[in-house]
Amino acid sequence: MGVTSVVLLWVLGACALTGGVLVFTLNSMARVTFALLGSLVCVGGVVTVLGLPYLGVVTVLMMVMEMLIMAVFMIAYMMNPAGLMPMSMLHNTRGALAVSGAVFGGLVAGVFLVPWPGRTGRRPEDTTFQVGAALMGDQMLTMVTLGFVLLATMVGTTVLATRRGRYDRFGDDLDQRPGEGPGGGSGRRPGEDPGGGSGRRRAEGPGGGGAGR
Amino acid sequence: MVEAGAWWTPLAAPALLLGLAALAVAGDAALDARGAGRSVTPAGVLRPFLAVPRALVEQPRRLPASDRWLWRLGVVTVPVAAVLSTLVIPFGNHVAADLSVGVVWFNAMEVMTWAGLWLAGWGPNAAFSLVGGYRFLAQGLAYELPLMFALISAATGARSLRVSGVAEAQHGLWYAVWMPFAFAVYLAGVLAFSFLGPFAYPAGRDIADGVLGETCGVDRLLLRAGRWLWLAAGAAMAVPLFLGGGAGPWLPAWAWSLVKTLLVLGLLVWVMRRLPVVRADRYVEVAWVVLLPAAIAQALVPALVGLGAG
Repeated sequence: MGVTSVVLLWVLGACALTGGVLVFTLNSMARVTFALLGSLVCVGGVVTVLGLPYLGVVTVLMMVMEMLIMAVFMIAYMMNPAGLMPMSMLHNTRGALAVSGAVFGGLVAGVFLVPWPGRTGRRPEDTTFQVGAALMGDQMLTMVTLGFVLLATMVGTTVLATRRGRYDRFGDDLDQRPGEGPGGGSGRRPGEDPGGGSGRRRAEGPGGGGAGR
Repeated sequence: MVEAGAWWTPLAAPALLLGLAALAVAGDAALDARGAGRSVTPAGVLRPFLAVPRALVEQPRRLPASDRWLWRLGVVTVPVAAVLSTLVIPFGNHVAADLSVGVVWFNAMEVMTWAGLWLAGWGPNAAFSLVGGYRFLAQGLAYELPLMFALISAATGARSLRVSGVAEAQHGLWYAVWMPFAFAVYLAGVLAFSFLGPFAYPAGRDIADGVLGETCGVDRLLLRAGRWLWLAAGAAMAVPLFLGGGAGPWLPAWAWSLVKTLLVLGLLVWVMRRLPVVRADRYVEVAWVVLLPAAIAQALVPALVGLGAG
């Protein structure tokens, strides 16, 4: 590893740590989210410098999307518009300090105690292929199972979160045109007894559906 | 073969991108003039660029309780990510950084726009800006997955994530020809991440320009430039991904790259003016019910062809 890589590694590591500290010292949920995002982007950089560019760049890609979606929910639940009401990410400070201290100590001990294997053979030119073979070769069953679990979770949460399903929007026989407004529907409220055909109550006005009634 | 990392390439790539973006703005102004029944004159075409000196001398606007750091960060992120994305796009036989994961790099930089626009909407502490920022996230959820599968289709066909590798793997038969659906989805994605034309929803007129609404001066200039820079970067990336890169008869490679990029850019500018703005909640339905399954089926085609070829 060259001098540039080592310097880059230390700088990225320091930035990642700084971001991590900022998460617990800033008092606005938006700033905290982006401090965490900055920290994770630095971790992606570290992984890239260590010779796994695919995992590094994918970490950045996924973390940006994930943190943005998380920001939406965190801000929705924290009720902290633009940091006007100071908030803190610290809860149960003593217990948390003990737990995080123990975890940190354990991880650092692991760095020194684990007998890391030495390199056998030459370093491959493009490590992406090796990562793919490692994930998709021996671990194919794990990946397939994980994929299905994730997909089932996504579909399940979407179904649970959807207030108006397709029968609310398109009618019992799925032959109605949905209304024009956001979440447009056939005019039936969720859970309402259709009472012999959803087409009787047509969507009215730009609201187009039961959401506003 | 593509030559990477000449000392002038990191300077040339942003300059070229800026030139292409300026051409797109000028083309848009020319189409504006023609649409309004005026004659297309050099003065009319250059008129949008008067906004540049005006923005540079404009007095900054201060808003109560705005989050200036995050706002500034978001405004800067959008054009900077657009410039960074071009580092992996080969132009002719030259590229600034021929990363082995160039396709993923482009995608990661494009996703930075999510962060940039949400921050630009959050920062000013103003309702319409915030609505604009959230609108972009909703739109992002709609366009991103089909776009990713379009990129995956091209990478699978080439069995490479290196952008120059994708361009070289096309041996005369462009991916745009045998993966037309992926190409179309990619072009729609380009319009979506530059939030222009039918995807101008986050900066919609109905919410007083949304994410752009509260910005002024250099901030506004950077955000608006970011849109057109992304359009140009997306058009430039379409060439190695789907149109065979710099390959072509008679002309040198850089000329073919330029011609193809200009054609894609012209197509995008023309198309974006002809389509109405689409609400994110409507687009997400099309994107997830129609585009996403079709994009997965499209990605299956190069995978099966690759398996068949052994």
